[in-house]
Amino acid sequence: MKVRLLLLTLGLIVAASLVGPVVSPHTVSEVSTARLAPPSLHHLLGTDLHGRDLLTRLLYGGRISLLVGFVGASVSLFVGVTYGLIAGYWGGRADEAMMRLVDILYALPRIVLVIVLITLFDLKLKTLLDGTFLSSLAPHARLLLLFVGLGLVEWLTLARIVRTQVLSIKERPFVLSARLMGQSTPTILFRQILPQVFPIVLTYLTLALPAVILEESFLSFLGLGVQAPLASWGTLLADGAALLNPIETPWWCTLFPALLLTSTLLILNFLGDQLRQPQK
Amino acid sequence: MTLCRGIPGLTGLTLALSFLSACQTRPRADLVICNGAEPQTLDPALVSGQLEGRLCSALYEGLTRRDSRGRPVPGSAERWEVSQDGKTYTFHLRPNLHWSNGDPLTSADFRFSWLRALDPKTASPYSEILFGISGAKEFQSGKSKAESVRIETPDPLTLVVHLDHPTPYFPSLTSFTTYLPVHRATVEKYGDRWTQPETWVGNGTYRLMDWKINDRVSLEKNPRYHTPDRVRLSRIDALAVSRASTAFNLYSSGQADLLLDKGLIPALILPHLRGRPDFHPGPLLATYFYRFNVTRPPFQDVRIRRAFALAIDKESIVEKITRGNEPVAQTLTPRGIPGYRPPEGLPSDPSTAQGLLRMAGYPEGHGFPRVSLLYNKSELNEQIAVEIQAQWKRVLGVEVELRNQEWATYLRSLDDLDFDIARSSWVGDYDDPNTFLDCFVTGRGNNRTGWSDPTYDSLLNRALSEPNLSQRLNLLAEAESILVTQAFPIVPIYHFVGCLMFDPDKWDGLYPNLLDEHPFSEIGRVQK
Amino acid sequence: MISFLLRRLLSSLPVALIVLATCFLLVRLAPGSPFTSERALDPATRQMLESKFGLGGSLPQQLMLYLHNVLQGDLGESLKFRGRTVVEIIQQSLPRSLLLGSISFVLALAVGIPLGAFAAARQGGGTGRWLNGFALLTLSIPTFVLAPVAVLFFSFGIPLFPPAGWGTPSQLVLPALCLALPFVGVCARLTRSGLLETIGTDFVRTARAKGVSEPSLIFLHALRPALLPLVAYAGPLAASILTGSLVIEEIFAVPGVGQFFVSGVINRDVFLVSGVVLIYCLLLLLFNLIADWLAALLDPRIRMET
Repeated sequence: MKVRLLLLTLGLIVAASLVGPVVSPHTVSEVSTARLAPPSLHHLLGTDLHGRDLLTRLLYGGRISLLVGFVGASVSLFVGVTYGLIAGYWGGRADEAMMRLVDILYALPRIVLVIVLITLFDLKLKTLLDGTFLSSLAPHARLLLLFVGLGLVEWLTLARIVRTQVLSIKERPFVLSARLMGQSTPTILFRQILPQVFPIVLTYLTLALPAVILEESFLSFLGLGVQAPLASWGTLLADGAALLNPIETPWWCTLFPALLLTSTLLILNFLGDQLRQPQK
Repeated sequence: MTLCRGIPGLTGLTLALSFLSACQTRPRADLVICNGAEPQTLDPALVSGQLEGRLCSALYEGLTRRDSRGRPVPGSAERWEVSQDGKTYTFHLRPNLHWSNGDPLTSADFRFSWLRALDPKTASPYSEILFGISGAKEFQSGKSKAESVRIETPDPLTLVVHLDHPTPYFPSLTSFTTYLPVHRATVEKYGDRWTQPETWVGNGTYRLMDWKINDRVSLEKNPRYHTPDRVRLSRIDALAVSRASTAFNLYSSGQADLLLDKGLIPALILPHLRGRPDFHPGPLLATYFYRFNVTRPPFQDVRIRRAFALAIDKESIVEKITRGNEPVAQTLTPRGIPGYRPPEGLPSDPSTAQGLLRMAGYPEGHGFPRVSLLYNKSELNEQIAVEIQAQWKRVLGVEVELRNQEWATYLRSLDDLDFDIARSSWVGDYDDPNTFLDCFVTGRGNNRTGWSDPTYDSLLNRALSEPNLSQRLNLLAEAESILVTQAFPIVPIYHFVGCLMFDPDKWDGLYPNLLDEHPFSEIGRVQK
Repeated sequence: MISFLLRRLLSSLPVALIVLATCFLLVRLAPGSPFTSERALDPATRQMLESKFGLGGSLPQQLMLYLHNVLQGDLGESLKFRGRTVVEIIQQSLPRSLLLGSISFVLALAVGIPLGAFAAARQGGGTGRWLNGFALLTLSIPTFVLAPVAVLFFSFGIPLFPPAGWGTPSQLVLPALCLALPFVGVCARLTRSGLLETIGTDFVRTARAKGVSEPSLIFLHALRPALLPLVAYAGPLAASILTGSLVIEEIFAVPGVGQFFVSGVINRDVFLVSGVVLIYCLLLLLFNLIADWLAALLDPRIRMET
């Protein structure tokens, strides 16, 4: 019952992000004279410094943020879990080498990775996309590269966590017996061990999601992510936070993005919790 | 389990120790200033920024100096003469000048320092400002030796400088950072590291006591300054704070007494501050403008540049975004330069703009190619860009893409002319229109538009050698009029406003002025 | 044990060198020069500066020269902050970051672990849900929102702490709290989920059957193995929290080392970035080593000598 309610709300947020900007009487970049107007009937959540409708921008931002979160989390999931499983199970030299690679990637500053990615490939990707059926994506080439940049680093922590778990799990009797029974390594990894680490993976994913969404806003701030006048939840939140001061604060510019982001994450988290109950 | 108990104990100990070492509490300085970001250098030959220049004018004193209203007054030189043709200046130093370590200061020190700033090995970013001196340019570009630069020191108290052209503002130019003297023995002994507090030597009103990166520069009254009684406060701390809201918070909570930089007050609250007694706005010699890349279509076409320029509603930018009562800019040179009357610029004119675009072949923006507006996302650049993008769309029907690049990439794009339209700003170095207009001479590094006009170049050249002051300024005005009413390689948008914040019941000796000069030595507590 | 440590230390050196070299190359590959500014620099002057700082030759030559210097203990000079060596900059700013970071790290663990444990013990009940919700809340509010809001409330609303600055203990309170809070949530979540797993395992069921009380069950028996994921996470966390954060340092005017990771890259100050990245990398390797050792200590099934 509760799960349905949560799913319904999440579905609503996703649907509103997809449909909202289309049906809204305002557009995402439309500037008006009603600057920093508090919430009213005309602008349900108020307007920003340029008089743009905050609700419309939030819904549009949802598309980008949810996508960024989804991409980041999936890369984490697939690359991180597989890598961690293999490193932990093989152990010894292979594990040693694989973990040092993780350390190397982890130690490199991400901004410089993203800057180099974007400058080396931004134009190339744009021209490449322009020639194909994906040409509508061309203006977003930079966003795609941002995904690649985030993907390169998002799986590292999860790989470490999974690997530590596997180091412990692989010594347990059921794994040993599976090995004695002659089960193949992939079977042992994905049938026997994976279910054991899955709960912690799920928990970590719910931690990685806000991290990726916020990382995007930071990179956007440096000029490496979403291009104005488009927006993501992260950039809206950052823009709102920049307006905070002890004299006059347009609270709606910070509160609503924060509320939307936080409640989405809370829902995802509780869903994650529900998801692992039946496994017990 | 012992391990679990040991860890908190150990961490506690480490914490306490590092705490003691990291927090040496100092008594508060007489005056605490928010000076902007961390100074990149305190070597006058290497300085290129305003905040470093401000500290240098307290640490060193040139032949002349600026007073608290920005006027040039005698500094290390007590008087000077100029030859009939206006090209030779003879400066007479004060007797008994000393460096902060007690060494005597002579005219040879000035000659050494100026030659050092010109020396290609020093790689000074501002050596250009010394190019008025005969032979300076050739020496800087490696074509001749230091001896051919015509600076002479007939005796320890006299400095004779020969200039290529009559330069009526030369004495005031010698107060500029690049002209400040440095102590030869120290520079030669310690190389790049001489500006560290342990080794530093200077001749200014203050000496360098401490300099912690990203924290503060601590200054103390220099007892060897020639008129130490003139200096009112004995200790000044200049905090390195780059974020406006942080600086303003420090000021509001009384941890800082004075906000000096124009970027240190959040724009959003400027209207609320306007009536307050501690808010002191004043015009500045600085302009915010957009550049067009004239080397590629569509902005090769002057009609299109003009259309884009006329379509901008500058008033609304100033009113809604910058919010500091900034004067709208129709010319590159701000008003207020003594004797100079900038040409009449063109006010915003949407219908003419639409007409021009139609004539250029894009009625209501139909078929206009994809162009972008380049900026770096700091301060208000993005907000201004969003606003102007919307104005162009409304007036011209053209959809301009916004292109935000991080700092170094942005500069690279400017240098490579890899943009269509780009945001820019320029701060005048001295109060003469030349400091603005020289940027757009053909081939100058600061041109960054690809624009070239022989008439403009020759007007500036003629102005350079024109002995008659008002005639010279007329020539410059004529050149500027080409820039902002005919050719439009740039669109001026607004002139900056300087904003000081301090409590006038506590502090005096601070006056807003065009050059944003606020010598620390003249700041003091109000005597009740 | 000893051979494990030795091997890890030996393998750390090449890792650090690879990180250093890659970082150097990436920053040099990024467009733009460390010497340009809003005012244009003439090409001759730029070349002079480049050769002065050993950035003149081809990219491999520059890299070789840099690595050669590093191996002799010379990390070079900052290109932006002229006349300061990288070592000196790190010496000045790292202790401040270490101080702030260690307070925050201890706070994050000291609040996060009990919070997670209680949330697990009260799982399903109202308290558990609230604790869990609180943990989630802390980690989904970014520091760049949290810090200005904290300043508004605790410096201006109720003037308890100074809004920014460095030098007195009271100036540490807000930045330390704001730096720690998001990690409180992470620690709590990882502890909770680890506990929920171990509570279901055989040995805890046995203990419970033996009549061990619920609190001691959780804190004495189940917590040790349940902390494994947290320990794996805490290695990288310690390294990054101890090297500071750009946002915290900017908002609270803390003169730490964290901002150089970003401003150094923005300014293309290649020696400074590589220097701070090297420090970070060494800390990371050290803490990962400690984490692996702690993991083996917590769970004897993990063998180090494999």
